[in-house]
Amino acid sequence: MELPIIPPAASTFANEVDHIFYTLVGLTIFFTTLVFCLLIVFVVRYHRGSKANRANRSFGNLPVELTWSIIPGIIGLVIFAWSARPYAEAYNPPADAQEILVIGKRWMWHLQHADSGIRENNELHIPVGKAIKLTMISQDVIHGFYVPAFRVKRDCLPGYYNTVWFIPTKVGKYPFYCTEYCGTNHSKMGGFVYVMTPADYLQWKENGGNMEVAHRETAAERGYDLFNKYGCANCHASEDGVHGPTLNGLYGSKVVLQNGQTVTVDDNFIRQSIVNPDSVRVAGYPPLMQAYSVGDGPGQLSEEEILELIAYIKSLGGQNLRTLKTTTSSATQPSKGAGGK
Amino acid sequence: MSTVELEHPTFAPQHVGHQFEELEQQNDAYIVGIWIFLVTEIMFFGALFLALTIYRYNYATAFEEAHNALNWKLGMLNTFILLTSSFFMAMAVRAKTLDIRSQTKMWLGLTLLCAFGFLTVKYFEYSAEIREHHFPGPTFRWEAPSKANVEANTPLVQMSEAPKGIAGLGNYTPQPIEHHAHQLFFSLYFIMTGLHGLHVLVGILVLGCLWVLIAVKHPAVEDYIPLEIGGIYWHFVDIVWIFLYPLVYLIGRQ
Amino acid sequence: MSSISVPGAVPVPESRKERENYLNIQHTVASWLLTLDHKRIAILYLLGITFMFAIGGAAAAGIRIALVRPHDTFFSNEVYNKLFSIHGIVMVFFFLVPSIPAVFGNFALPLMIGARDVAFPRLNLLSWYLYMTGSFLMLLAIIFGGVDTGWTFYTPYSSVYSDTNVSLVIFGVFIAGFSSIATGVNFLVTIHKMRAPGMTWFRMPLFVWAMYATSIIMILGTPVVAITLFLVAMERIFGFCVFNPVCGGDPLLFEHLFWFYSHPAVYIMILPSMGVVSEVIACFSRKRIFGYEFVGFSSLAIALLGFLVWGHHMFVTGESMYSGMVFSLISFLIAVPSAIKVFNWSATLYKGNVWLSAPMIYALGFIGLFTIGGLTGLYLASLAVDVHLNMTYFVVAHFHYVMVGGAIFGFMAALHFWWPKMTGRLYPESWAKLAALIMFIGFNLTFFPQFILGYLGMPRRYHYYLPEYQAWNILSSAGASVLAVGYIIPFCYLLWSLFKGAPAGNNPWGAVGLEWTLPSPPPSHNYDEVPIVTWEAYDYEPVIQAELAGAAVSHPLMTTEEPYIKETE
Repeated sequence: MELPIIPPAASTFANEVDHIFYTLVGLTIFFTTLVFCLLIVFVVRYHRGSKANRANRSFGNLPVELTWSIIPGIIGLVIFAWSARPYAEAYNPPADAQEILVIGKRWMWHLQHADSGIRENNELHIPVGKAIKLTMISQDVIHGFYVPAFRVKRDCLPGYYNTVWFIPTKVGKYPFYCTEYCGTNHSKMGGFVYVMTPADYLQWKENGGNMEVAHRETAAERGYDLFNKYGCANCHASEDGVHGPTLNGLYGSKVVLQNGQTVTVDDNFIRQSIVNPDSVRVAGYPPLMQAYSVGDGPGQLSEEEILELIAYIKSLGGQNLRTLKTTTSSATQPSKGAGGK
Repeated sequence: MSTVELEHPTFAPQHVGHQFEELEQQNDAYIVGIWIFLVTEIMFFGALFLALTIYRYNYATAFEEAHNALNWKLGMLNTFILLTSSFFMAMAVRAKTLDIRSQTKMWLGLTLLCAFGFLTVKYFEYSAEIREHHFPGPTFRWEAPSKANVEANTPLVQMSEAPKGIAGLGNYTPQPIEHHAHQLFFSLYFIMTGLHGLHVLVGILVLGCLWVLIAVKHPAVEDYIPLEIGGIYWHFVDIVWIFLYPLVYLIGRQ
Repeated sequence: MSSISVPGAVPVPESRKERENYLNIQHTVASWLLTLDHKRIAILYLLGITFMFAIGGAAAAGIRIALVRPHDTFFSNEVYNKLFSIHGIVMVFFFLVPSIPAVFGNFALPLMIGARDVAFPRLNLLSWYLYMTGSFLMLLAIIFGGVDTGWTFYTPYSSVYSDTNVSLVIFGVFIAGFSSIATGVNFLVTIHKMRAPGMTWFRMPLFVWAMYATSIIMILGTPVVAITLFLVAMERIFGFCVFNPVCGGDPLLFEHLFWFYSHPAVYIMILPSMGVVSEVIACFSRKRIFGYEFVGFSSLAIALLGFLVWGHHMFVTGESMYSGMVFSLISFLIAVPSAIKVFNWSATLYKGNVWLSAPMIYALGFIGLFTIGGLTGLYLASLAVDVHLNMTYFVVAHFHYVMVGGAIFGFMAALHFWWPKMTGRLYPESWAKLAALIMFIGFNLTFFPQFILGYLGMPRRYHYYLPEYQAWNILSSAGASVLAVGYIIPFCYLLWSLFKGAPAGNNPWGAVGLEWTLPSPPPSHNYDEVPIVTWEAYDYEPVIQAELAGAAVSHPLMTTEEPYIKETE
């Protein structure tokens, strides 16, 4: 029977986490040994009947108190700072990170590669050495996406996008789990991440991944189709902004809402604009947009479709994205390759 | 009456619990106890106020529209009723410290009357809201805002007509807006005012019991402290409403 | 097994056996169910929490049996999910939170401060009825099919999706919460207003400081979780919109509100144990606790700081990284007062005159295991590391080290320390030490492998796991069976001692404290005359000097008529 102790470390993040972890292990061993030894030594030495020297018993000592208060405090602060840095870094994905759209639902994971449109269920194929960004949302309850080998975890919330990014460093097959209890089959909701060499990954992508039908559309292209199908183009296609705000160059910019707040247009903002537009209505526009209902029923938008729409809107240019030329006033075709590669 | 007499009124020997050494210790304990209990109540309501504040920040428009549907006039009436009841309560405690039973009963009776009045007004308010399908749950329905409200929330840009469909892309016309954050507002509204109403009801029971005990000259209420404690509780119930009413009914109203 | 466990003890005079005390003053059921005596209420609580502990323990047994196999286990997914939910809810809300405060706080606190009862005896009885009602509703929920939300009740799973008895459980927890609040109010007023003349704050035993700090947390935190769970119930029963994202609600708001109580709640569970450890270490070292003021203030510091760290349960929810940093920083700081206590207790042993009795073994076990548990908390406070360890078995191991290795060991220490006082009987010391050892070994065998499993990445609340984790899981389950034995043995000998244990005198431990001046068991009214305190807390100097000189102990708090039983092992 196996007795594993150390999980594989397969991302840049993993190495940093492991360094901090082992330092903490060292500290734990040190302080635990210290306390155990003190207790055992004192109990033995000063056991009733022993001839140890008990003269000058003391009941308090300020310098000693300060020492053993301040030193652990400082150690704690150092560990805190050391650990905060990689944590903060995990909140800032690089602009060229390859985006994977992730939808969690009871009890499986749908993943879509934004750049190639390849869809996977409970599996994720990615190239080694490239930054990967997951944009995640749940269709029902809170889930969590966890890859122990990458030391990466993020909750997958209903109604709100969470993102997480990492750079895998070792080719291999690593389990991933749902890590927020979600009901009956919570412990079966997971799969494997396949980290491949760049060549293998390219070939996998060329073959359409594991999909039998080779859907060659990118997420943005699918989004363009949805943009027209659901009538978004009626108000948002024109550039004059009379009927609805133009979406060209919108992503990443700042807008002023009706209540005076200034917000940045990000994934969550766009999603809110679709499902509850009144709550994020931009100043100057009347309340005319219909809220789209989310779900799998007829006439409803699924979470995946919303993500694809957002991919399309991103492809129309904006902050931190490659700018695109827009020449016509009808709905702009997404440029090939937009959305990050 | 000098203040000394008010603080140490003369009355027959009191029943001091066996755990206490003297009456003053018992009285102190009860007063400290009720204040600590009020701290717990502040935490209890506080969480609801927090939830309301957070959701109000997130859904400013919907919350504003929703709260415009509340009957602020009845709410104002209830505010006056409660404030008046607090005055009556204070008078009742004063009468008790002066050991004037008849006045105590009268003032306490008036307090109870106000409390019943509050709940009656609440009944009418709730009935109307339920009729308008504003009770959260499967029966909830939010109608498009009335003309008055639309004019009140005049947008900066007026649409002279609805946009026509763009050629080649079908005839799509905007539908009425779904306002699901309104249900959020009403859920919190009913829970907060409902919980407050429950506290008023408990207050009626407590003050009612005190009234009966005072009426029959029960030894437990020989001392003024039980009524003082009831009074402190009642004033707290009033204060919660003083915060609740402006936050829920008034702020942002045109 | 001889009836007198301590050789050389002076036999208790016959007359003592007929002395009236709080147990034999009345025998009717009504006299128990309508009692206003804090000591009887403590016993009633002890019965209640012991029963609930058995329920929670049975659920734990189910979990560990199921986890012996990585798949194809004895239970279905649904049942497994209910087992861990019931285990968590029962252990947290119906055992750990009441345990020491409701049993030993009720029993010993008034005695320790020289009072005749708590400030509000009727409120005290009401708190017991509230606890029993809440427990009854919980049991009803279990009988009706259980609950599967986990003890954390995260929305929208609990408010919309789960089809188990969530609302019934919520009402049980809600009502038990008010029991907690009532206890907190009672203790705060008692400590403020009913200390004997001369007992200043800095002459109070540290157990009283701990109960004070615990009560602050109880009254500030419990109402928040009560109303939060109430909102979940409203959403569930009436279809209100509060946390359901479909209608605009925010599930993370639930998490914030829930953890705002549930983090301080863990300090409700540990602070009383720390107070017990102070009492036991002082008594069995024959020495005043080193750094008394520091230990007292650290209890308050833990209580207050404990309200500022709840976000460390939410580091991976996508909350703002700045708020994550603030919570992480304060979580590291809160380790300092705990460290202060551990070092002060250790320093108390230095140059003391140590007696390794059963309570002392449990207290020492507490210090060691709490050190491990507390240190592993730092891993979870550490942002980057928590991303990996959150919601894995590492967290499970961490909190069991502090809750079982800490809180329950403290409870066992209290149980054995005050057992003679409560029952007037001595328990068999050898059996007690054996049980403590078995518990220590079983506990470590059960939970240490879980640190490893967590680091490997095994998520918690998992019924199925990867086959390579099986060895550690089997080890953990084996340890659990040893631990179970460790729990059963005290249950047996303590019960036995009620009938066959040697009668205990006022002060079998030679402890310094007001409660030890009273007969065992104490009379209903506690003190004939309220004592006037003129000595400092833990005034063991006369005791240790006499012991070191081999002379008889003479101390104002120890009456000469009462035989002082020396430990001769």
